[in-house]
Order: sequence, then C-alpha cells, then structure tokens
Amino acid sequence: MVTVVTESGASDVSGAIADGEDLWVTRAEVESTIGWTLKPEGLCRGDVCVPLPDANSDRYINDDGVNLSAWWKLMDRPVLHDAAGDTWMLGASAYERANALQSLAAPDFTLPDLEGALHALSDYRGKRVFLTTWSSW
Amino acid sequence: MYNDVKEQDFMIIAVAEESRGEETAREFIEAANTEFVTLIDTEHHVADLYNMVNVPQSVWIDEHGTIVRPTETAGSHDAWRAMNREDMSIPDESAAITAKAQETYVNAVRDWAVNGAGSKHVFDAAEARAHLKLPDENVALANANFRLGRYLHAVGKIEAAEGFLKAASDLRPESWNIYRQAMNLKALGPMGLAADETFFKRVDALGAKRYYEPPDLEGFPNELGFQPPD
Repeated sequence: MVTVVTESGASDVSGAIADGEDLWVTRAEVESTIGWTLKPEGLCRGDVCVPLPDANSDRYINDDGVNLSAWWKLMDRPVLHDAAGDTWMLGASAYERANALQSLAAPDFTLPDLEGALHALSDYRGKRVFLTTWSSW
Repeated sequence: MYNDVKEQDFMIIAVAEESRGEETAREFIEAANTEFVTLIDTEHHVADLYNMVNVPQSVWIDEHGTIVRPTETAGSHDAWRAMNREDMSIPDESAAITAKAQETYVNAVRDWAVNGAGSKHVFDAAEARAHLKLPDENVALANANFRLGRYLHAVGKIEAAEGFLKAASDLRPESWNIYRQAMNLKALGPMGLAADETFFKRVDALGAKRYYEPPDLEGFPNELGFQPPD
C-alpha cells in the first residue's frame, strides 16, 4: 500500500507500485489520487490538459497504468517520497500559485472552525474579508 | 474593532497556522474572546496559497473576492527585538513604537471596514500587483517538503518527518512559519513558544534585516526600534 499526499489530502492507493523515483498507479485510480482525469488528449483538470510527450511515452503510460511521478515532474511540480517509498508527496506548482496571486482573485480554501464546521473563503463573497493569520507558537 | 463595524458587511477570518491542531489553538481563541470566524489550518495551506512567511500576516479581500492589499505584516513591528531576554521586558521607547505600529494598522483596517473601496488604504490593481511577492520553484519545493513532513509527523513517522521539515526550512530560510512550526512539532518550548536560544540566534543573524517586513502604510513607523547586534 502506498499513500499519496497532495494539497487535497492523503489517499491510500491500493494498486500503486513505487519503483525508485517512479510511482505507477492503475488507470482507474488516477483521478481519485490526484484529481486529474486521464483522457485521450492527456491528463486533464477543468479546461487544462497536459498532453503526453510523443517521445518516451512508455515512460509515462502503459496498458496497466500511469507513472504519476513522471507526469507530475513533466508539469513542473515537486515530487517527494520517504526512504521506503511508502509515502509520496505530489506538490503544488509555483507557476500556478504565482498566476493565481497575479490574477488578484483571492485563492479559495476550505478549513474547519473549532467545532469542525467547514468554512470556505468564497462563502463570504459579498463581504469585505480581513484574512489574517496567527499561531500559538 | 469588530464590534464597531460588524453591521457593515465586513468580517475577520483568523486562520491559526497550527499543525498540532485545534487543541493548541483553542485556549488562545478563548482567551481573546473572539467574535470573528476562527479557522484551523494544520497544513499551513493558507500560508502556501498566499505566500506567507510569518504570523501575523494578513490580506485584504473585497466584496468581489479581489485582493486589494496582498500579504503583509498585520501591524507587528521589529521593535520587539529590543526585548531584554532575561526578564522579557521591553524598553519604553520600543514599546511605544510597537504600540504605534499596531494602532496604525488597526486604524487602517477599521477605515477600510467602514469605507470599503473609498478607503485610501485600498490599492488599485496595479498597486496590488506591485506589492505581491510571488513564489518560485524553490518555495513550491519547500512547501511540498513541509507538507510531507507534517503528514509523516501526524501518522507517527517522527524521524522521517523531521528530515522533510528541516529540508523545508533549509530550502526557504526566510519562512519563520516553517521554521517555528517545525520547532514546535519537535517539542513544546517554554510557554509553548518556539522561541529558544537557536531562535534568538537566528533572529540576531538578521542584523538590520526585518523579522516583520513593515507594511506599506501611511504613518506606520519605519524605524528599526532596536539596536542591531554587531
């Protein structure tokens, strides 16, 4: 069993195989693991599709599955794993983060309050929001 | 502040960057008797999205969800660095600067709460973009290391976690959030603060560089407020 952590959370991926710097998952588990959908045109999320490079395509995909770590690096996103290859991190891209900020549309997030109720920033559209951070440490 | 203006379509969302989760945060929230929405961010996701490096930092977001003041220090000031580390006292002169900084910032937020887009502290789009600090690939890699470290810590793989948390801080030394949260996950310091000798050494190493980058705000005290170490 391999655990894959993304910005959406951690998921246990039963059909995953970690092999050195490669992380293969079955085609069926791609979407539930990373939130991107495998389509004939490539890996897609919303309107964005990242096409498979023509060369070395078997490095990214075969009949059994998809090399998620290779795709992720192809998309300029950080890939990390623990020494045992049991836990993988597929990180967010600097490019996407920077673009979101430059659009000046406040990046949305959903977090729990002390009672566990979830609040999205976008729930408060129509109000001016002073978003501030603090900590105990 | 909130009580004066709550009828005016203004609200405060206070996000606790707390990898230890809500129990650590709860006592602070209750002590402050806050009326605003307080959220717990164990993954430091908000710091990641808004490219924050310290607390408190804030962002002003208007009715349309548009950033009108990007990430900035929320009124804190480096004058705290004049603190006597034996008895934690702060010289009057530095305390006055800290108070002025806080008051100036709170007044600016209040002005915006009341006057909205008419507030002189609201940036237009070009000004807001000019004040953005954008993350690069190094920052993204640091955040991935932090996130993996924090996950491994949460599932009890402490040793592996510490390696990733250290890598995160090494990749992004300017993030006090990453550095201090990692220290806090390792062990709770005196009064629960991640402020031991190594922390103060790191602060001293800043010299005249800021621990809290001052916000670009009319009337905000820009002097250092302390004597930088040689």
